[in-house]
Amino acid sequence: MRTLHKFHGGVHPPDHKTESNRLPIAAAPLPQRLIVPLRQHIGTPATPIVKVGDPVLKGQMIGAADDFISAAVHAPTSGIVSAIEIHAVPHPSSLPDLCITIESDGEERWIERQPLDYQTADPDAVRARLRDAGIVGLGGAVFPTHVKLSPGQRKIKTLILNGAECEPWITSDDLLMRERAAEIVAGIKIMAHLIQPEEVLIGIEDNKPEAIAAMRAACQGTNFEVVTVPVLYPSGGEKQLIKMLTGKEVPSGQRTVNIGVLCSNTGTAYTMHRAVDHGEPVISRIVTVTGNVAKPQNFEALLGTPLSELVQLAGGAKSDTSHYLIGGPMMGFGLNYLEAPLTKATNCLIAVSPALFPPKPTAMPCIRCTQCAQACPCNLQPQELFWFSQSKNFDKARAYNLFDCIECGCCDYVCPSHIPLVSFFRFAKSEIATQDREIMAAEQAKQRFEFKQMREEREKAEKAARMAEKTAAARAAAAANPDDPIAAAKKAAIQAAVERAKAKKAEAVAALSPSPQPSPTRGEGANEKGACSDLTAPKNNTDPS
Amino acid sequence: MSSPHVLTPGSSVSTIMLLVLAALLPAIAVYYFYFGPGILISLVLASVTALVAEAAMLRLRNYPIKYFLTDGSAVLTAWLLALSIPPLAPWWLIVVGTTFAIIVAKHLYGGLGNNLFNPAMVGFAVLMISFPSYMTQWTAPLLLSHHPVGFSETLQYYFSGTLQGVKLDAVTMATPLDAMKTRLNLQHTMSEVNNMPIFGMFGGKGTEAIAAMYLLGGLFLWQRRIITWHMPVSFLVALALIATLFNGIDPNRYAPPMFHLFTGGAMLCAFFIATDYVTSPTTPLGKLIFGASAGLLVYIIRVFGGYPDGIAFAILIMNAAVPLIDAYTQPRVFGHDSRTKP
Repeated sequence: MRTLHKFHGGVHPPDHKTESNRLPIAAAPLPQRLIVPLRQHIGTPATPIVKVGDPVLKGQMIGAADDFISAAVHAPTSGIVSAIEIHAVPHPSSLPDLCITIESDGEERWIERQPLDYQTADPDAVRARLRDAGIVGLGGAVFPTHVKLSPGQRKIKTLILNGAECEPWITSDDLLMRERAAEIVAGIKIMAHLIQPEEVLIGIEDNKPEAIAAMRAACQGTNFEVVTVPVLYPSGGEKQLIKMLTGKEVPSGQRTVNIGVLCSNTGTAYTMHRAVDHGEPVISRIVTVTGNVAKPQNFEALLGTPLSELVQLAGGAKSDTSHYLIGGPMMGFGLNYLEAPLTKATNCLIAVSPALFPPKPTAMPCIRCTQCAQACPCNLQPQELFWFSQSKNFDKARAYNLFDCIECGCCDYVCPSHIPLVSFFRFAKSEIATQDREIMAAEQAKQRFEFKQMREEREKAEKAARMAEKTAAARAAAAANPDDPIAAAKKAAIQAAVERAKAKKAEAVAALSPSPQPSPTRGEGANEKGACSDLTAPKNNTDPS
Repeated sequence: MSSPHVLTPGSSVSTIMLLVLAALLPAIAVYYFYFGPGILISLVLASVTALVAEAAMLRLRNYPIKYFLTDGSAVLTAWLLALSIPPLAPWWLIVVGTTFAIIVAKHLYGGLGNNLFNPAMVGFAVLMISFPSYMTQWTAPLLLSHHPVGFSETLQYYFSGTLQGVKLDAVTMATPLDAMKTRLNLQHTMSEVNNMPIFGMFGGKGTEAIAAMYLLGGLFLWQRRIITWHMPVSFLVALALIATLFNGIDPNRYAPPMFHLFTGGAMLCAFFIATDYVTSPTTPLGKLIFGASAGLLVYIIRVFGGYPDGIAFAILIMNAAVPLIDAYTQPRVFGHDSRTKP
């Protein structure tokens, strides 16, 4: 039996899993229209490689990954590209994004699917397959998996599969593990093949006995170990799960590979298996539709399916529904309208009613009860960070490790004063990021300015040196040959020029003096002009041009 | 609509305050049993004064009165003060103390959550310094009194300042802490002092039972996770340790540790006063330092200082050190090698 390690804090919100995990995964019917966002992952958005009017096949790449940190997107069904335009997407910012709309032809004609034998193929070819099949982490962060599985020279000791699913209400990973354990394990084998870890651990919260049994059965004959972890939100947080299973803490600001651990979601393993062993890119996912709907259930739906259709599949939202949540109630975000489509990151859609999710009462002052500090899985002191964020004392907030906050919501959840702590922390983080950008921009501008100044001074010095050399040479020549007529003529010319300049200067001073003395030869304007040109003359004289 | 979208069911500031008030009830019942109805009058008087003062201050500061008045914090301050002062006192003593606590110690510092000093202890200190004679006039336990004071007589004393037919001296008695101190100063031995009728098993008759009820209420708060173990344990352990040390040096001059734990305000302080959220440290190590320091200070003031009990002054001194303690005891954050530096 593996000894589990504890992480600090954590909370036990009511899990509401049974609402949606009693029914098997249902296949959502083919929608008439699919809206596929080009940005369904962290990194550079995919570049569209189809035009409006193009016919596409099911699984055909329609957005290519141009960058290393990017992933392709595909046509979820066969049909015609009807639009490539900005459309509402499920994102915390509520900002729309570029999407490719496909009108389904109802025929579901596939591209030619080519399995890849990963055991004989070059590992880089397998990674390219992952990128081109649009494989991203389905745990919520949607980080491109081929990047994650390229640890470079670092040795990965432990590969962890995250099946904890600690957020309340969500059961999509639970159902996937129950129903498709063998395929998940097949995907884990591909991961293990690519990074060759010493051990493979599959962490599942112990409130999912069916999933645990199914995964244990599927792991027979492998050296993969299914580890049950006690129910404690946020056990499914990457850093928390790693700590529980290995006792190691990911150092602040570093990545898990630095301590020889790689963590991936079980759903991601499933999509890897489909992509490599079956040649099917990511065009669908399992999504929990629950909350204030008539029949909560998990659906396997095509990416791009409008969320409103998913709510209809779950029997429709009840009349007192106020809005919707994407993801779980602890870390998900609110959505007012359902035009947005299903994306790779959408693991759960919750219809919200005031009865199921009572609104937060008006915040009271912080009474320093430290319930937040006791609940924080990062062992931060949220009451201090709140104080610093509220008073915009951002340097202090940073010094108290604001950026180690994972925004899990535990502090907010337990706060008896109902202070929206996480919102304060997000605010402080973005303010600090803005300040940092400004400081960096100012620093760059300063450097540019200083370089320009330095360059100008250098040029001036060089010029002066050249002039001095020239003069010295002329003097030397004059001294060597005093009777040289050319030199004498030059000297006379210079003398005359100096005289002229003196005269002009005197004239200019007279012109600039307060009492206007009209010159007999020149008008007022000409005087001014003359003065100006004279005043600038000495400067111009030094200019070799 | 930003996360999280859920909150702990039933958790609020007023719930916490109500639980703390509930935890004081057993002690109040025993207090009533041993010392008569005076404590009930004190509690009511203090509560009403606190609510009136709180409402007035909220109005002056343009705060929503009902929302804040029902948070229960003012009543808790009132109860802690009432439980700290003698149960037979003129009405104005309670009114002055409570008013000062709410207006000056709480609201002039910014109200709920912002006060640096424990309001109840500020109120107590003001009364102790301004009206010392009233503050040392403790009624004798009913069991020992030749003239048990009834409800109407108590009420009469509260508002007229006189007792019918009896002199006040006849119903009051030195507290165990006081007696211990003065007698020991008069070169009486410990056993002689302990033979006085006011002493019970560990501390004073009656008061030790009240202390036990504070302990019980405190354990309830710990079990309900309203308070953590750090503050009470460090306070009581430090008090017991220093008492043991001195008792070991000269048992005839220094009372045993159990006496110190079960007399005066030690138990009340350990579970209800030191643990006041607003005026105590927030870090686990900070709580330990605060509790232990307060425990040592209580002993020093009790044994070597001029006042019979040292709770209020020990707590106020430590309150002033809280920002410093917090700054230097930040815990190690996940993924870091060492504690957060101030």
